[in-house]
Amino acid sequence: MSLEYTSSEMMSVTAARALTNGMTCFVGIGLPSEAANLARLTHAPDVTLIYESGTLQTKPDVLPLSIGDGELCESALTTVSVPEMFRYWLQGGHVSVGFLGTAQIDRYANLNTTLIGDYREPKVRLPGGGGAPEIATSAKEVFITVKHSKRTFVKDVDFVTTVGFGRDGKARDNVPNIGNGPTVVITDLCILKPDPETKELVVRSLHPNVTREDVIAATGWDIRFAEDLATTPEPGARELEVLRDLKARTHSHHSGPTMPANNEAHRD
Amino acid sequence: MAEFLSLKEAVSRHINDGDTVCMEGFTHLIPFAAGHEIIRQEKRDLTLIRMTPDLVYDQMIGAGCAKKLIFSWGGNPGVGSLHRLRDAVENGWPNKLEILEHSHAAMASAYEAGAAGLPLAVLRGYVGSDLPKVNDQIKFIECPFTGERLAAVPSIRPDVAVIHAQRADRNGNVLVEGIIGIQKEVVLAAKRSIVTVEEIVDDLGASVNACVLPSWAITAIAEAPKGASPSYALGYYDRDNAFYKEWDGIARDRETFQAWLKNNVFEKGAA
Repeated sequence: MSLEYTSSEMMSVTAARALTNGMTCFVGIGLPSEAANLARLTHAPDVTLIYESGTLQTKPDVLPLSIGDGELCESALTTVSVPEMFRYWLQGGHVSVGFLGTAQIDRYANLNTTLIGDYREPKVRLPGGGGAPEIATSAKEVFITVKHSKRTFVKDVDFVTTVGFGRDGKARDNVPNIGNGPTVVITDLCILKPDPETKELVVRSLHPNVTREDVIAATGWDIRFAEDLATTPEPGARELEVLRDLKARTHSHHSGPTMPANNEAHRD
Repeated sequence: MAEFLSLKEAVSRHINDGDTVCMEGFTHLIPFAAGHEIIRQEKRDLTLIRMTPDLVYDQMIGAGCAKKLIFSWGGNPGVGSLHRLRDAVENGWPNKLEILEHSHAAMASAYEAGAAGLPLAVLRGYVGSDLPKVNDQIKFIECPFTGERLAAVPSIRPDVAVIHAQRADRNGNVLVEGIIGIQKEVVLAAKRSIVTVEEIVDDLGASVNACVLPSWAITAIAEAPKGASPSYALGYYDRDNAFYKEWDGIARDRETFQAWLKNNVFEKGAA
């Protein structure tokens, strides 16, 4: 218990552990990409990673900043066109897990990456759907990883970009050729899974040193906890070492070669 | 046969105000040099189509070239927002911008259908999404054989396609390597096409199944070394990820953006 780690590291390690050898994972950029590559570099060396830019079975040495960095193509088994990726490999049924991040998530695991506010008069315009709407329905299941906050975990998303289980939890019922949808949501506080009947997200496991009150305070609806609420296992020494090395390599890779002349203007 | 032109001449001759223009390249091979030439020539009222608008459309929108944007993911990859796109959508600056948004799967299918000469693309998509509520170009049809409900979107058939590629041979045949994205489909879907290349060579050095666009399928070719920077060209130069991060600061305010545009686009002529 002497290992020190941050809540972000706890989230990445826990998300990585959701992936196993034999899975074919369609990877979203950002947190999912970090978790997926951590899995590949630790307990799941044979996990197959696919990015929407067309890179099949890729093994990047540093995390890509974009979905189509050269690193992904050069370390891939092969690279196909974007229509082929979406039509043959995803829609064709070859993806077992879609691993997604989001800006907003609601109690039925619907994801919003389109906008905050009203569609015609947005308060904040977000990037949009990208690959997610079809990843979420064509992959056999969906993992989601996102930081836990009241701004992110809302009762109802402002816009359903990507369906979880719909506004009523029933959007997948009787739809042919559709995946099982979200099976796990991993945050920096806990692990949530949909209730088998209602599909509402329920906290199944709290990360070490996180209380129910912490989760309640960071969730925008009346969140439920499983009766057999577990404690998430802590990260191991090797997982932390590999994660930190990966992040350090990535940071140094994306900082060069040109230094911004006007660092003053650079707000992140 | 493709005609070899200067980039200036190619843009001047083949892109008109009001045209529907697709400048593609999925993260890789983004035609920045061509985008900057379009800005310099002050083309207006363009309908811009691109799966990932990226920095190139952020720059063109901020420069006032666009009246409409059709896209599926409008962010600065791994960094955050496209601030010029947001300013246009949220505040109408420098002009009002109409947007129509899709998912990647739908746009990829629409390009493919455009290349195939079909009026529409069919996909298993948009299930449970609110996107069909805000985009009247997304419909649902019933499969005549199985009865399955499927999404349909119109094919993309632009006036002009603009792409960047590694190289052309002296007859105007073009090789695209690496993340080939949607490059072949958009050229075949368009009425006219401009291809910028890193270099013109005697022999493409293409393997038998390589992605090669024959000269007779292309309208104009312009040599533009580093024409995809700050995106990248596999085998020539890497993606300038530091600039993608820096762009966030440049594009955030109108003043820093305009200063950047003046120094880096308007005061730099094309070859």
